[in-house]
Amino acid sequence: MSGVSKHLRHAAVGAAALAAFGIGASANAETNLAGKTIQWTIPFSETGGSAKWANFFAPLLGEALPGSPKVVVRFMPGAGSTKGANWFQKQKNGDGTVMFGSSGSTQFPYLLGDPRVRYEYKDWKPVMATGTGGVAYLPAKLGGKFDGSANKLKGEKFIYGSQGATRLDLVPILAWKMLGLNVEPVFGIKSRGAGRLMFERGEANIDYQTSSAYLKSVVPLVKDGKAVPMMTWGSLDSAGKIVRDPTFPDIPTFKEVCGKTDGCKASGEQWDAWKAFFIAGFPVQKIAFLPKGTSQEVIDTLTAGFAKVKGRADFEKISAKRLGKYPMFVGKDAQAALGRATSVPDSAKAFVKKWLKADYGVELK
Amino acid sequence: MDILGTVLPALGDAFGLILQPGVLMFLALGVVMGLAVGVFPGLGGIAGLSLVLPFIFGMDTVSGLALMVGMVAVVPTSDTFASVLMGIPGSSASQATVLDGFPLAQKGEAARALAAAFASSLFGGLVGALFLTFFILVARPIVLAFGLPEMLMITIFGLSMVAVLAGRVPLKGLAAAGLGLLVGTIGEADAGGSLRMATYDIAYLTDGLKLVIVGLGIFAVPEIVTLLRQDRSIAKGAVLGAGWFDGVKDWWRNKMLSVRCAVIGVIVGVIPGLGGSVVDWIAYGHTVQTTKDKSGFGSGEIRGIIGPESSNNAKEGGGLVPTLIFGIPGSGSMAVFIGAVALLGSGDLEVGPQMLSANYLDITYSIVWLLALANVVGTALCIGLSPTIARLTTIRFTLLAPFLFMLISFAAFQSGQNLADLVALFSIGLLGIFLRRFDWSRPAFLIGFVLSNPAETFANQAYQVAASKFRDGMASGMEYLFGPIVIVLIIITAISIYFGIRQAKVIMAEGEVESGGKRAPVIFMALVGIYFVASFYNASLISDRLITDKIFPMFVASVGMICVAIMLVTMARRPATDTIFADRESHGGDTPPVHGLWPTLAWFGFLLILTSLVGFILALLVFLLAFMRIRAGLSWTKAGIYTVCSIAFMMFMAWVLNREFPPGLLQHFLELPWPLT
Repeated sequence: MSGVSKHLRHAAVGAAALAAFGIGASANAETNLAGKTIQWTIPFSETGGSAKWANFFAPLLGEALPGSPKVVVRFMPGAGSTKGANWFQKQKNGDGTVMFGSSGSTQFPYLLGDPRVRYEYKDWKPVMATGTGGVAYLPAKLGGKFDGSANKLKGEKFIYGSQGATRLDLVPILAWKMLGLNVEPVFGIKSRGAGRLMFERGEANIDYQTSSAYLKSVVPLVKDGKAVPMMTWGSLDSAGKIVRDPTFPDIPTFKEVCGKTDGCKASGEQWDAWKAFFIAGFPVQKIAFLPKGTSQEVIDTLTAGFAKVKGRADFEKISAKRLGKYPMFVGKDAQAALGRATSVPDSAKAFVKKWLKADYGVELK
Repeated sequence: MDILGTVLPALGDAFGLILQPGVLMFLALGVVMGLAVGVFPGLGGIAGLSLVLPFIFGMDTVSGLALMVGMVAVVPTSDTFASVLMGIPGSSASQATVLDGFPLAQKGEAARALAAAFASSLFGGLVGALFLTFFILVARPIVLAFGLPEMLMITIFGLSMVAVLAGRVPLKGLAAAGLGLLVGTIGEADAGGSLRMATYDIAYLTDGLKLVIVGLGIFAVPEIVTLLRQDRSIAKGAVLGAGWFDGVKDWWRNKMLSVRCAVIGVIVGVIPGLGGSVVDWIAYGHTVQTTKDKSGFGSGEIRGIIGPESSNNAKEGGGLVPTLIFGIPGSGSMAVFIGAVALLGSGDLEVGPQMLSANYLDITYSIVWLLALANVVGTALCIGLSPTIARLTTIRFTLLAPFLFMLISFAAFQSGQNLADLVALFSIGLLGIFLRRFDWSRPAFLIGFVLSNPAETFANQAYQVAASKFRDGMASGMEYLFGPIVIVLIIITAISIYFGIRQAKVIMAEGEVESGGKRAPVIFMALVGIYFVASFYNASLISDRLITDKIFPMFVASVGMICVAIMLVTMARRPATDTIFADRESHGGDTPPVHGLWPTLAWFGFLLILTSLVGFILALLVFLLAFMRIRAGLSWTKAGIYTVCSIAFMMFMAWVLNREFPPGLLQHFLELPWPLT
């Protein structure tokens, strides 16, 4: 394998040289991946959102890359995705055949200093990133008390089906706490889908879903009058400010609701911590990486491949269905997105750790 | 809803959709692939679906569904081969089939057992599809009626099957189930993430042990080792007795049992969150309770095959209900199925409530038709193949064993892609060997393991929600906890335990075992007791803030400690011939072995250590060659051919399924080409 790849790399360097001298027709140096298999490792099981994401992109990427290589998705679940990420950290095969897909659930343990984390995001080479949003919603009865502020909901007792306080659920739980809502999370739910089912059965009376799941499963409930949307987490504009989620322009953001609710402040330590983890978990949720030490040609080739996917005439239509209407970052934009997702100030980390321990007894050590 | 007015036209449209040559071809392809995957022990629907996933993208919707449904539907049919012929649970859905299927194979009646199983599978599959046709329209309120207390009760009902399968000493069965429950809690707790009997230094343990590994370790390893020590064929005397026709007749005589178990399968399959692994045990328990003469169970009672096999195919039909109309997968393979559906056609089809709308009802029903058809095609193929495949039982087992061990090691490795998977398989296998030797109920252990996580999480969550409801008022709390479904389930569970305990003494789920000698059984009992104490102590260290993480293991360990303490006292008082001292190594029980336990185990330890040094494929090369030459006494030429063929087969399977092999130290230092990686 390594012999072949060395050969290919020489060919690529040759091609790059030709291109540099202006002889080649194409502007970019590209590694031809014909006959190769790209193993795209996802650190989750076959059943999760990341699997859906990778399975969506894999065939499109294969088509778009020079030489039409086979792109296969491999699953390496374990230890809340830290196992797969630790494995990827050790990969040295930078010929483009090894790729990795991380998610918010990989970012959070990294940010919180989980003892199992042996990986370093700064070593990896991002080639593509996508985001998502989230929507919190209430049962119809309680929804009536929601008037754009959470003031009338403060006396209620809420039950929320949660996967765990150290996961993405950290964002909604902290948001509700900041609004002064009395939410008791029931931990150990297996998926957000199971959480929604608890809501439908009336066992939980507050819930949130990521955008695609909300569109698919909660919008029918809203139409039937069984659920009422409360707020979205919002979306980031180019200046890094939180604005309304373009997928849900009619639903207020948490920032707006917080502004109208007594005792909730959209500034200060607590707000900064919430915003930092929101950014790490939602607008830049899933990132495709090449390992440390990958040559620039290979990075360029994969980047160009993803750019080509993004440029497909039908891309907007087919991706909106499966991933929701969210930005897809390629190349430099992906690098910038990664920067936003992993640069959480130490004060925010410290605040969240203190809060998790005080409220739920959860310690990461 | 006007059921007839809606259902019949949609059913007709759906039939038109699937009756196209292209669709039927994909269905057949799916069935054949599903059969191939199912035969492979330890690999189930997920592996099969991952195999077709790369080709699904943009495929015509109905053709794609045909391919996937064909595959998913026949896995619980073909996994019976391994369960009956080798005593290895082919997948989690056919664990109970091993109990009576394998003894029949040992009697030379493998073909009969297989045919009865396949006939039951087919029937169960068809009942499942029929039930689904009408049920799917009324399923939504029913599924919503199953809240946390209801699911907890179903889990407890599943645990009550331990009473039937406990064996001759009920306390021992209870302790075995407790041990299973505790082993199931190893790793990170679901609720608060506390570690139980694990440390972050051994990252492997934090995820807990996988069902595939525990299933293979508890049932397959002890069986392989026992047969290997006896150095004979699986069928005693190496003759095939009753043929496949008898099996079909057996099924026909028990068709009512088959109907009941199929219904059980559909219902348990419908409830999301329980998964399929408990269905076959509930069906087995039911079968035992409704059979007059219980003496044959465990030594080749044909009803013990018909029950579980009728239920496990029906379960696939039931499992489609939450999958299709809630988008909540009933099992792992269903979860992949959901993901794959989104890749079909133009990507418009999304599982969820809209599957029941007029636009999509024909697609939904085409899935039901495909399910039924796949069952028919799959069963026909399996019955046709069974007389031939049954001949495997007449081969000298020493020749089969290394091949099987290679297969289960590979399957075990796929669950976590970690060398530790093999260590876990070996360790659990060792535990299985001792459970078998001292007549501790292995089914009870496995039921405990399977239900450990649901029992703990449902109990914790139901408690939390109930506490909140009680704060609103006594009435709303009681109403939440004791709904009509819960009350019915409590009554059924109570009846099941009462009859179970009365009958347990007669049912030797794993054959008769003689007693003799006190020392070994007492030592093993004490070791189990020590594990209970250690688990209790370990859980007690967890902070009280995370009470949900410690209460369950501490409770189970306490019950286990009490059981062991009572039994140790009993042991001190009774003579060495008492049933409590059951020990297969004393004399009798098994056919006296030719080889010792430790030398036989050493061979597999050898494979394990070699793998950790030079990787799986190189280790196999040395292991197979040496085993065939030294242990089996083949000539170098024959041993060589055997080794080459086995490894070629292994590589072919791994290549098709796109799987890796366990790497060793060598691979750490040297980059080697596949398959040596």
